[in-house]
Amino acid sequence: MIIDRIIRFLKREPLSKEVAKNRLKLVIIQDRLGVEPDIVDVLKDEIIGVLTKYFEIDTDQVDVSLHREEGSVALVASIPILSMKERLRGKAAQNR
Amino acid sequence: MGRAIVITSGKGGVGKTTATANLGTALAMAGRKVALVDADVGLRNLDLVMGLESRVVYTSMDVIEGKCDLFKALVPDRRVPNLKLLAASQKAKKEDISPEQMREICKKLKEEFDYVLIDSPAGIERGFRNAVAGADEAIVITTPEVAAVRDADRVIGLLQAEGITEIKLIINRLAPRMVKKGDMLSQEDVVEILSVELLGIVPEDKNILISTNRGFPVTLNMKSAAAEAFRRIARRLEGEEVDFSDLIENGGFFDKLRKLFSRNGKE
Repeated sequence: MIIDRIIRFLKREPLSKEVAKNRLKLVIIQDRLGVEPDIVDVLKDEIIGVLTKYFEIDTDQVDVSLHREEGSVALVASIPILSMKERLRGKAAQNR
Repeated sequence: MGRAIVITSGKGGVGKTTATANLGTALAMAGRKVALVDADVGLRNLDLVMGLESRVVYTSMDVIEGKCDLFKALVPDRRVPNLKLLAASQKAKKEDISPEQMREICKKLKEEFDYVLIDSPAGIERGFRNAVAGADEAIVITTPEVAAVRDADRVIGLLQAEGITEIKLIINRLAPRMVKKGDMLSQEDVVEILSVELLGIVPEDKNILISTNRGFPVTLNMKSAAAEAFRRIARRLEGEEVDFSDLIENGGFFDKLRKLFSRNGKE
């Protein structure tokens, strides 16, 4: 059994209960909202599409997900912005 | 006026009937008047788990059809005073009873008993709606497994839709050692996912099977972890603040050993 744990540690496998918890949280939100599982991915792509018009963003680090707190569901997005688009920066300066 | 509490789950086989039998027994042993109602028409089992199967003469169907007075249909448990069972008909179908009829039965029972515990069938169809109809509160049972937790959430949503706001959770068959290793959802995980108030945790305990084989609820006369858990749940239902037993802490032999040493170290 200790061997199992060492192997798991070396493989960097997450604990099975963590996997269960994450899967459950997602499926329960989907059950409650009646949304299709892939809708969040579609939404994520569209959000990135809009944002890249204005900002240089780190697309690999974008995290868009549904969270449930106290019975209500929230869309939580974490989007690292690297910089503003060049042309927009010029525009802002002109306005000033 | 007593409290009518439906004990339900969504997924089958997670321990609704066992919980109903043991909670009822624990409450009656604490001096309360308790009526157990089997709402699983056509698949009745509460009588068997209670060990009262040979003494059932009338069922809730007979009461509804006017063949028997409600209070005459109740089977008294001779081992504990003030504990009675209303059995479900094994021949009838779930559609033969309406939510209104169940509500009427529960209303009358509440006038005589402190607690009316309703054992709900699995699933979310007509049987579930009948079981919920007469209840003011609900206890949702789940095990720490993905399928059971998902179905519990579904049932919580349906209970809320039926207007039941007082919903509490029992996590059944928790294996402390697996939780400790991270191979089973912990009580905190389940509560976080379902976001309802925790009423109790019942550890995995083979005494449940043994005592059910013999036809008596484990709470009746066994000193086992599960029996202790049900007694604690009964006390919480009564409004007492009972700390959640350190199931996880008292897991294995090594934990006990470690505890012993750490205690000696301090003194």
